Order: sequence, then structure tokens, then C-alpha cells
Amino acid sequence: MSRRIDTDVAVIGGGLVGSSAALALRGMGLSVALLDKGFCGAQASGVNYGGVRRQARPPEQLPLSQRAHAIWPRLKALIGSDGEFLRSGHLKLARDEADMASLEAYAISVSSFGLDLELVGHNQLRERFGINGDVVGGSFCPGDGHANPRLVATGFAAAARRAGAEVLENTPVTGIARTSDGFAIEAAGGVTLTARTVINSAGAWADQFARDVGEPVPLIRTYPSMVVTEPLAPFLGVNIGMEGGGIYARQVARGNFIVGGARATALDDPDFSRPGSDGVLGIMRRASGLFAELRHAHAIRFWSGTEGTMPDRNPVIGPSSTTPGLVHAFGFSGAGFQISLGVGEVLAELVRDGRSSTPIDAFAIDRFKTTSHDGDARP
Amino acid sequence: MSERAQPLIVGAGPAGIRAAMALVAAGLLPVVVDEAPHCGGQIYRQPPVDDGRDARARYGSEAAKASRLHRDFAALTERIDYRPQSLLWNLRDGVADLARDGVNHRVSFDGLILATGATDRVLPIPGWTLPGVFTLGGAQIALKAQGCAIGSRVVFVGSGPLLYLVAWQYQQAGVTVAAVLDSAPLAAKFNLVRGLPLAPPIVLRGMRMAAELRLRGTAIHFGVESVRIEGTTRVEAVVFQSGRGGRRLACDGIGYGLNLRSETQLADLAGCAFRYDPRDRAQLPVRDSSGRSSIPGVYLAGDSARIAGADAAECGGERAALALLEDRGLPHDRAQAIALEAELRKVDRLRDVLEAAFPYPSHWADDIADDTLLCRCEEISAGEARQAIKDFSLTELNRLKAVSRVGMGRCQGRVCGTAAAELLARETKRDIASVGRLRAQPPIKPIAFSMLSDDETSERQHEPAH
Repeated sequence: MSRRIDTDVAVIGGGLVGSSAALALRGMGLSVALLDKGFCGAQASGVNYGGVRRQARPPEQLPLSQRAHAIWPRLKALIGSDGEFLRSGHLKLARDEADMASLEAYAISVSSFGLDLELVGHNQLRERFGINGDVVGGSFCPGDGHANPRLVATGFAAAARRAGAEVLENTPVTGIARTSDGFAIEAAGGVTLTARTVINSAGAWADQFARDVGEPVPLIRTYPSMVVTEPLAPFLGVNIGMEGGGIYARQVARGNFIVGGARATALDDPDFSRPGSDGVLGIMRRASGLFAELRHAHAIRFWSGTEGTMPDRNPVIGPSSTTPGLVHAFGFSGAGFQISLGVGEVLAELVRDGRSSTPIDAFAIDRFKTTSHDGDARP
Repeated sequence: MSERAQPLIVGAGPAGIRAAMALVAAGLLPVVVDEAPHCGGQIYRQPPVDDGRDARARYGSEAAKASRLHRDFAALTERIDYRPQSLLWNLRDGVADLARDGVNHRVSFDGLILATGATDRVLPIPGWTLPGVFTLGGAQIALKAQGCAIGSRVVFVGSGPLLYLVAWQYQQAGVTVAAVLDSAPLAAKFNLVRGLPLAPPIVLRGMRMAAELRLRGTAIHFGVESVRIEGTTRVEAVVFQSGRGGRRLACDGIGYGLNLRSETQLADLAGCAFRYDPRDRAQLPVRDSSGRSSIPGVYLAGDSARIAGADAAECGGERAALALLEDRGLPHDRAQAIALEAELRKVDRLRDVLEAAFPYPSHWADDIADDTLLCRCEEISAGEARQAIKDFSLTELNRLKAVSRVGMGRCQGRVCGTAAAELLARETKRDIASVGRLRAQPPIKPIAFSMLSDDETSERQHEPAH
């Protein structure tokens, strides 16, 4: 059974980046084929923690993050579901004075971006947020929040489909060749495509496509560990993180408490992973130390997924430096959920206009170009 | 060179007990993990404290088998590492995590025999979550282990040999059994004639039970459809269609079940390959006639990989242990292995007959009303699941879970997974074999957030006493 599709844009990878780009491109009237090797939104986009935060991002990500920030409240209109998005605020906690000092330094360094960060002391943590653990203070970003990644990621792909994108699931791309006026793509199931433009939004699998066009990138795979409790009475109204890492947590409207803060390990098939016992026991212990409400709670479910991570923790976004018509967007390093919605729009602009109205120079793929002989990547 | 780790047996029911015996007989010292406080599994479950009833009162015709297994296992206790009341919640690369009394214990093992048994299979019907509705297995355990009935005027609904067995046991215990509502037509029971030469005592006993039920005033309705359980705060009546018309029976307890389903989560965590089994209408871990799974060193015994009942579980447990011994290069009784496999094949033929006589009413899933609860943990109705399937063009069970939360709650799909798969297959007009299966993740059952790890407790023990 073979099938031939001629399209303006072929998007490889139906995660949040690829499917939000597909939806934006459809909005511009371009024809789009969205290909995924499995199911759209089933990898990092759908199985991440669900933090919708600008706070703690490096300054170079903030223009893009602000662009995404404006899209999140419009989800219902955009994809037909609010994705359980809750503008709860994001509270980054400091364990000690040194951590508090770095939160203060961060607040100063990003003061021009309009995040409205508010530094709060220990007493306020207790009074305003009900946090009694061993923390000295925190930094609160009132406009941040959290959402349900499973709904948002799948929702964008479904919306792109409704908007007329050709969505091909379980269709891994097996070959891409440059032609005189674009690309010829071969995919599983006898699918062949011609496209003027290709977007490589293949997440943790994107490095193979970059390598094929002579742009190797030092992408590694990381796997988060998430723990979910049974529904509990509401006790945590904000999305919390910890300076220096170790724990992040939120409570959803239904009452389930979701907490992460350790890596999981890959299975024999490295496309799949599972949280390890030590990791989750550590997460549960740290969370119990912070919230007395968890003392009698049960963990009903863990989850993990596959994320593509770059050594400098910044994504790759922008045109290929070797192949005209190819645009990369991957490597969001475990922090792509919030920002992806802006990335989709930027990618659509790059395809249509050849340029982005939001600065993305810091994410150029050629920053990994090596001049030395040993092939070491330099951030 | 460190000593080779011992094998791990999960489950101390008939399969686990026989497996442990065979390993001990070969000089091994297996770890035996079981969630229950006492051995026996669900079928030969023992009371938490002695309640004065003897084995005959508790297990009826199966008393001799139950007593022998309990006795045999008791004789092993010095030679096995027995971990009762322990939940094996995670499994990987020769290491298992066991939760017991709020403490996590880590056990290394070499060789794994999964004898995790089965639980009731149900399809949602209106009112199935009302207080007073129990699964057939749950109703039986209440009686067997606790000496309690689920009501004073009880109706049993569903399909399977257990339907008649539990009804009969309740009647014997002096409970008013108002009716047995069998989803299968009476004609299906003629299949039992084929089963007579295979296992005369079993088939005859079943027929005698049905006759005794009738004789003592319990109505038996066949070909029952459109069952609805009514009540405001608890069960008050059951309404159903049978033959010519509709009926309503007042009752205060309902036992409901549609045969059993295998407990396969640990096989999944162990990496075993699964395939669709038409007889059980389920995705099951693959095992060969010896009980070997697709993963070297992992063996599947008893109902854990296909429903075959307690007698087969005893054979399968011992057979799997012999396979483990052979794979470990230890002496094993080849003739016994052959005899056990012959016995298992015989039971397998009987299961074909029983499945024909007590068929699973898969068509019940055709008309699960939109307002019927599909997933009780996450409170997702059939209508919400249908909507998600439509909105997101879903074709695969894990995707349905991801967007609708069906199967995401406390039971991790062990209760609703069957119905969710049926619903997805129907809505997408696909074969049930092609909609996939819910992937297992640890913890396979809920674990306490406050759980300590055993190294922490040993640190505590080292603290000076004051």
C-alpha cells in the first residue's frame, strides 16, 4: 500500500513543537503533513511534568517564553480545550541563604522582561502558600502556572488535523533527500512525500536527521521520574520548584499531587524508560519533608518519558546551516512545555517569511559546529 | 565469586506453593512474596484469625486440596525466605522492591516465578458502583475468609463457574439467594456434556450445585440481558431482561463477575512479551508449555498468564519450578515435567468447554450507556471516553488513558481496562486484539509516601538506645 503526498511543509515529529507549528502553518494557508513515528504527543510533550513557567529560564529564552505566555490563556479558542491550564503562579524555593541570593540575582538579571517576580521570606511562605518545610524563602512569579501535558500535546495535534493538516501517526520517516525544489521524503507504510520545507521537530530523535545533513549535535536523552498521589484535599495552590533542583510539584484541580525531581532510566529499548525505585523513594521523601499533608498519602502512579537534552540546556531552533529549506526545533532539555507554543508560531514565520519576529539567534544549530579535530561540542 | 542469588516466587497460592516445594526439594532457598498474611491465594484463602470453622466449612468440596496445600507450605517455612503481607511494587534487572509495614525492602533474585493469580473481570453496568455490589470473588472471600455475607437477600449476576459456586456457597451458609442471573443462554450449558469425559467430578459437581440451588428456592435465569442495579444510597434491586420480558428483584447484595482476568503487571515490568489470547479475550504474557516466558529466567505459573483454575495452577507452579531448575543446570525430574504438561493440556481442553458453557458476554459492552461509570477510580463515564475517542481520533488504549484518564487511578486499569478496550474497539470498529493493552508502570498498586527504605531502618536500629 503506497501513498504519495505533495505538501508545502512536512513536519517530522508530532510533539507540541511540531503540532503547534502545523496548526500555525495551517492558519497561514500552507499545506502541512505532520508525521510521527508513534502517536502525536506521546513522548516528552505529553509526559512532561506540566509546568508552565517562565521563571528560572535563562534570559535568552525569555522573549520566546513571553510570546508563549500570551498564547496559553487562548488555548480553548486555539485547540478547543483549556488543557487544564491554571495560572497559579510559580514559586521557586530556596533551601538556604546562598540559594536565596541566587534567586535575588536572577530576579535582577531578568527585571527588564516583565516577569513581575516577587521575593518572599520564610514567614510569607507559610502564611501565603502553606509551606512549612526547611526552606528560607522563595521567588514568586504570579503569571506562571501549570497544565495537563497529555491534553495540550494531543490537543494541538487534533486541532492541526481539524484545521486540515495531514496527520500521519505510526509513520516513521526513513529517508529525506534534497531535490531541486525541496525535499523527497520516504516514510513507513509506503508513504512518500514531496515538500518545499521540512521542519525537524523530532525531539529526542531529532539528532539523527541533523546528523544526516551534516549537522551533528551533542543531544543526549534524559528521562524524568514523576510521582502522582491519589486525589487529596487542596493544600498547594502554586506550582513549586526548588533552586538548585531536587523537587518540583503541583496539585491539580482534581486533587492529585504531582511531584518530580529525579531521573529515570532507559529500558533495553531506549525509547522507553521507567522510574527507578531509589529515585521515586527520594522524591517521595523530599516531598513529605516539605508538605505534612503527604504523610498519609499514597503514590498511585509513576511516569517517565524520553526528552532530548542539550549540553547548554538551550534548544536548537532555526534554519539548518547546511540545507536550505530545513528548519530545526528540538532539544528543549526538559523545559519545552511552556515555550513550545511560541516556538510553533516562530517556526511558521520562519517557513513563510524566512525570519522570526522573536529573537532566536542564541538557539542556532551552528553553535555546536566544532573547529577542533576532536569533535568536542562547545556550547 | 559471590554466591548465586536465590529465585523469587511471587504469590503463595496453589501455583506459588507448588513452585516453592519443587525448588526447596532441589536444595534451593527461594524467596516467596505474598500480599496476604497467610498462604493459600484467593482460592484457598485463610482467615486472618481462627474463627472456629473447619476446612470443610470454609472450602467445601475443595477442603482436602486446601488443607494439603496449607500443610505443605507450613512445612517449608524453615527452608524458604517467606515474605507475607508484602507488596512487590517494582521489579527490574534481578531486583525487587517489597513494601511491608511502611518499610521498603530490596531483594535480589536470580530466577523469577510469577504466580500472581487473577482477579474478577467485570464490565460496567448501571449501578455497578453502588454500595452492596461486590465482585463474585469479593463475595466469596467475604464468606471464606471473614465468615461474612454481602447481604441477607443476595442476587448473583454474570457468567462463569464461579457464579454458581459462590451462589451455592452462600445458600449453604444460610443466606437467602434470591436468584442467579446467568448472561449465557441455557443452550450454552449443553457444552458441558463435552466436558464430562474430561473431568467427570468437576462437571457433575457443577450440575449438582445448580440442581441444589433450584431445589432450595433459588431461581436461575439464563440469557439475561440489560442488567441494571437500582438503589439510592445502596443496592435495593436488580432489573433485567430475560426471555419474554423484564423483571425486577428486590435484594440488598449483589455478587457480579464475568469470569476472571490474569494479573499481568509484574510480567510486564519483567519485560515479558504479550500477545492476544482469544479464549481469555485479553492480552497475556506469552508462555510455553513449561511456563517459560519470553524473558530467560522469568516463568509464569497458574492464572497469571491465562485463566485455568486452581488445579492447573498447582501443576503449572511445579512445572515452572522444574523449568527453572533445568535452566539453572540443577537436577530435575524430567518424567514429572512430562506428566505435569499432560495434565495441563487436559485442563486446557476442559477450559475450552467451560468457556463455551459460560461464555463472556462481550456484547454487553455494545450498549454501555453514556452515563454509566466506566472508570470508577477517575470517575470517567462511558460517554466521556467515547467523546475522547472521537475528539482525538484515538485507536490505541494507552492514548485513551492519556487523554481521558481511564485506567489512570488507584487500580491502574485492573478493573476498567477490560471495558475500556471493548469500548475503544467498538467505537473505532476495530478488532479488540488491535487496540493494544495498558502498559504497566510501577507502583503496580499504591504505596505509602511515607515509606522508609530498609537501609534507613537499619540505621535506626543502630541508634543508641536511651
